[in-house]
Amino acid sequence: MWDFPIWPESASTVAPSVEALYLFIVALNIGMTALVFGLLVLFSVLYYRRADDQVPPQYHGSMLLEIGWTAIPTVICLIVFAWGVKVYAELVVPPADSMDVYIVGRQWMWKAQYPGGQREINALHAVLGKPVKLTITSEDVLHSFSIPAFRVKSDAVPGRYTTLWFQPTQAGVYHIFCTEYCGTEHSRMIGKITVMEEGDYQKWLSEKAELGDALQGRKLFAKLQCVTCHAGESQARAPSLEEIHMKRIPLSFDKGSPVAPGATVLADENYLRESIRYPSAKIAAGYQYPSIMPAYDESLVSEDEMFQLIAYIKSLKKGQTPTRNEHTTTPTALGAPAGRP
Amino acid sequence: MQVTEKKHAQEAHDDHGHGHELAHHFVSVEQQHDAGNLGMWMFLTTEVLFFGGLFAAYTIYRYKFEKVFEQASNILDPMLGAINTIVLIFSSVTMAFAVRSAQQGKSKAIVAWLGATIVFGALFLGIKYGEWKHDAHLHVFPTSDFNWTWAREKHAEGEHGHGHDSHGPELKGFVFNSPVVPANYIESDSRNPEAKQAKLFFFLYFSMTSLHALHMIIGFGVMAVIMVYAWYGYYTPHYYVPVESVGLYWHFVDLVWIFLFPLLYLLGAHLGAGH
Amino acid sequence: MSTIITSAPALAPASKEPGQGGGVDYLNHETSIASWLLTLDHKRIGILYLVAMSAMFVLGGFYAGLIRAELITPKGDLMSSDFYNKSFTAHGVIMVFFVLIPLVPASLGNFMLPLMIGAKDVAFPRLNLISWYVYMIGAGFTLVALIGGGVDTGWTFYTPLSTTYLNSNVLLTATGLFILGFSSILTGLNFIVTIHRMRCPGMDWFRMPLFVWALYATSVIQLLGTPVIAITLALVGVERLLGVGIFDPRLGGDPILYQHLFWFYSHPAVYIMILPPLGVTNELISTFSRKPIFGYSMMAGASLAIAIFSFIVWAHHMFTSGLSPYAAMFFSLLTFSVAIPSGIKVFTWLATLFRGSISFDSPMLYAYGFIGLFTIGGMTGLFLSTLGTDIHFHDTYFVVAHFHYVMVGGAIVGFMGGLHFIWPKMFGRMYPEFLARMSAILIFVGFNLTFFPQFLVGYLGMPRRYHEYPNEFQVLNVFSTAGATVLGVGYLLPLLYLPWSVFFGEKAGRNPWGATTLDWTHTESPPTPHNFEETPVVTGEPYKYDTLFNKESALAGH
Repeated sequence: MWDFPIWPESASTVAPSVEALYLFIVALNIGMTALVFGLLVLFSVLYYRRADDQVPPQYHGSMLLEIGWTAIPTVICLIVFAWGVKVYAELVVPPADSMDVYIVGRQWMWKAQYPGGQREINALHAVLGKPVKLTITSEDVLHSFSIPAFRVKSDAVPGRYTTLWFQPTQAGVYHIFCTEYCGTEHSRMIGKITVMEEGDYQKWLSEKAELGDALQGRKLFAKLQCVTCHAGESQARAPSLEEIHMKRIPLSFDKGSPVAPGATVLADENYLRESIRYPSAKIAAGYQYPSIMPAYDESLVSEDEMFQLIAYIKSLKKGQTPTRNEHTTTPTALGAPAGRP
Repeated sequence: MQVTEKKHAQEAHDDHGHGHELAHHFVSVEQQHDAGNLGMWMFLTTEVLFFGGLFAAYTIYRYKFEKVFEQASNILDPMLGAINTIVLIFSSVTMAFAVRSAQQGKSKAIVAWLGATIVFGALFLGIKYGEWKHDAHLHVFPTSDFNWTWAREKHAEGEHGHGHDSHGPELKGFVFNSPVVPANYIESDSRNPEAKQAKLFFFLYFSMTSLHALHMIIGFGVMAVIMVYAWYGYYTPHYYVPVESVGLYWHFVDLVWIFLFPLLYLLGAHLGAGH
Repeated sequence: MSTIITSAPALAPASKEPGQGGGVDYLNHETSIASWLLTLDHKRIGILYLVAMSAMFVLGGFYAGLIRAELITPKGDLMSSDFYNKSFTAHGVIMVFFVLIPLVPASLGNFMLPLMIGAKDVAFPRLNLISWYVYMIGAGFTLVALIGGGVDTGWTFYTPLSTTYLNSNVLLTATGLFILGFSSILTGLNFIVTIHRMRCPGMDWFRMPLFVWALYATSVIQLLGTPVIAITLALVGVERLLGVGIFDPRLGGDPILYQHLFWFYSHPAVYIMILPPLGVTNELISTFSRKPIFGYSMMAGASLAIAIFSFIVWAHHMFTSGLSPYAAMFFSLLTFSVAIPSGIKVFTWLATLFRGSISFDSPMLYAYGFIGLFTIGGMTGLFLSTLGTDIHFHDTYFVVAHFHYVMVGGAIVGFMGGLHFIWPKMFGRMYPEFLARMSAILIFVGFNLTFFPQFLVGYLGMPRRYHEYPNEFQVLNVFSTAGATVLGVGYLLPLLYLPWSVFFGEKAGRNPWGATTLDWTHTESPPTPHNFEETPVVTGEPYKYDTLFNKESALAGH
């Protein structure tokens, strides 16, 4: 009637690496524990007090032994550390061909957005053998997105993006847990991830088809009047966003700007997000500080919409910036208070 | 443990006549003096880390929101900060003289120098109070009453010669009877993320300066007690740990201000960078 | 029992003092309630702490019982999720802040430190009493908050949940803990000055018992770490009051900053909990094997090394929080640095036992339990300091099991050993030895039954702080709860027989264990109000047993 597993399922490419390391440390644990318990028992049997006035020989130490039990554990620790870093590198660096899925945590549910615009709550679908990269954030408090069967986990932190990737190796349904305590119904913030064959997956996608993320983002791009300044021309008031994703951008070190001369930044999702929320934080070279762009906070661009905008910016190829609509006004008026000079 | 015995009970009490000079659990006056002194240094170490948490938060947010922190720093008056720095340095000097008097056993001089220290300290707090009152009129207290749009506008007016009295005295607000902020200012703040960042600056500003002021007020209390004891000749060249300890404490409080002043008042903008 | 030593303390001072049991001691020279509440005597203050912390321990244990009862079944059928969250918060807050952190230093440390270094009292007796009152005031605030409505943040108070999203008594609890922090700071300050300035003639640094070294290392952490958590909790409180966003990203703040500040204290706090029991275990191992500690200076150095390293490893609690990979590697490497001195300690004890004369009095049984559980607790830490495995284990029951092995298997079992060791000195009476051994064995068995299954369920992926859980985790949870009942009985026994023995126990001599430190050789059991009639002068090392049965000195002492 009861399941009684002591070994979690191992269903991703990284899981065997984590397990090998796990078993190595388990072996170290058993070895050390056996040594300590064994010697305790052995010494107890050999050296129990036989007479009340027994006085044993009084040793004070041995340099050789002391150096030995400092040096040997140090070497073992360094081996474990190095192995841990190797496995960690596998865990944090996603393959280039990963499919993007965006995850937003909120009390108490997980919302997933697919590139094709499909959305799910407390559920995720993935293709057997295809890597998936999750970009995770939170709308309210800290959460943590965990799939034990894949041995992956990443916190959902409000105000920034974290990432996590996996490549399923076994079809099936696995647990998704929230592992960071997030309030009353923390233990109900759970879900399932379904790993399916490519064909089933495409069928499932088409059933849930909606307007893609990038298309939604393009609509927002127009609605928020981004195009007024980010016009994609060299004389525009703001840098072109075409093919900007994952480029290294030289930064402006204009008077008062908080960056060092010569600094650059990698235009990853976190930078794009930061530049929308806090435009003056890191300004591209050639543009004035502080930025003329208004800051778009949660009331203007929600976390869901942020993902759509970023999906659009990532998809923007050379020459694809939409033409400017003459009837729109500049967005600088939007954030500027009435009485401000 | 190998141990021999030593008669000590007599020698400890023989040298010095005053009963209060040596608590029963110390062997000698030197031991007691060293213990008191070390205890004070340990306490100050703790205090450094106590302020340290705030300094860490300040450093991180200053880096993160440099522009707004500069603008917010501009609201403060560096001249008043500088005057206060000088006042506190004077109070440290008078405190040093108080400790010197204690070492020489001049009881009345201790009272006089501590009195002078309290006067300088009070002058500092008076100037600080004036600053806070002005801050309240600018609505920079980090409560729900905070308004960044108003603060910048009124501060700019003040700098261009309108003076602080020009804003309407007919309206009553949250603290110090400051004027109520019109609705359109609240509206504009709510759409400006920089307002939140500025609020962080002022939160840190008020936390650090009020924690500092609290330390000064505690210092006043301790000095007052010591003045009473000193008046009745309680301290001798053999026993003046309390005077020395309050001296260390006071120098520490001054030192904290020496760090606060440039961090909060002189954030670069005043040094010529401008808006 | 070692009857020879009881009747003839080998190293007793030559002077004729009041006979055992008949004279004035610190317990009977004044007996009014006021004489206890206004006492400046470090021994009485130690007992005040002991009583207060025992009460808190029972309360914290009660909440632990509620948690284990709820987790018997996968569904939340015993209590609401809200009440469950409040229970584990109460359990964590009480056990961490009101029991474990002050446990050994404030009770055993207060009692033993001046006795061990040949002083009449700590450097600042009045401050010592104030520390206790500050503890009680902090406890009062927190208990009002926890019982009158509760707080459901978890003992870690992570932001922005604690600052913006919860409506429970966060402010009151934070106030209580803020106040409590000063108790810890003042005790640490007092101990540091005492150890520096109050040692008796001849007691140089390397003649101090190792428990004193451990207290010294602990006090340094208390002094440097506690103010940071105090100001951090104050910021949480003010953020709630004023709506300023130091830690809330919606208001411009950074929730990760809170974690940095919190763990900057709370990781070293783990060593505040474990270093003093490590120290007291030295006394037990040495005394009950009649051997000097093997490699004394290495052991003393290891305590200081742990204290220093503890301040540079805090971010290993944050490997999944989006920390940069380089920072993660850095903190992982540093974390291993704590493993080395911990290992040295275990090996040192084994080497001390080698060719010793080992007796199995109940304190020694606790010491054995301590070494075993601390080894498991420490070794399982490897899974969590290693980056590749920590990602999977972070915030699962594996972490819960690990830190209970260190904090309960280590700190509480070590404390119990120390308490049973010091008891005859404290009250001049022996407890029923058979019951004490039973309790030591029950605690060891019950503890392993409770927490070992949690390692397994953690590896399966069961997250911490879950009110409900998937069905496949049930069997292991049932084991765990069953073990907890055994553990509960193990704790209940001493709560009964120790108070009984204060009044009805067999009289203990001044040195029933044949220990060689000043507290045993030069004070009565219980000690006189001022500890030493004459200031002792130390001429040799703390652990030296070959003169113990020297016939001449034994005769001279009688």
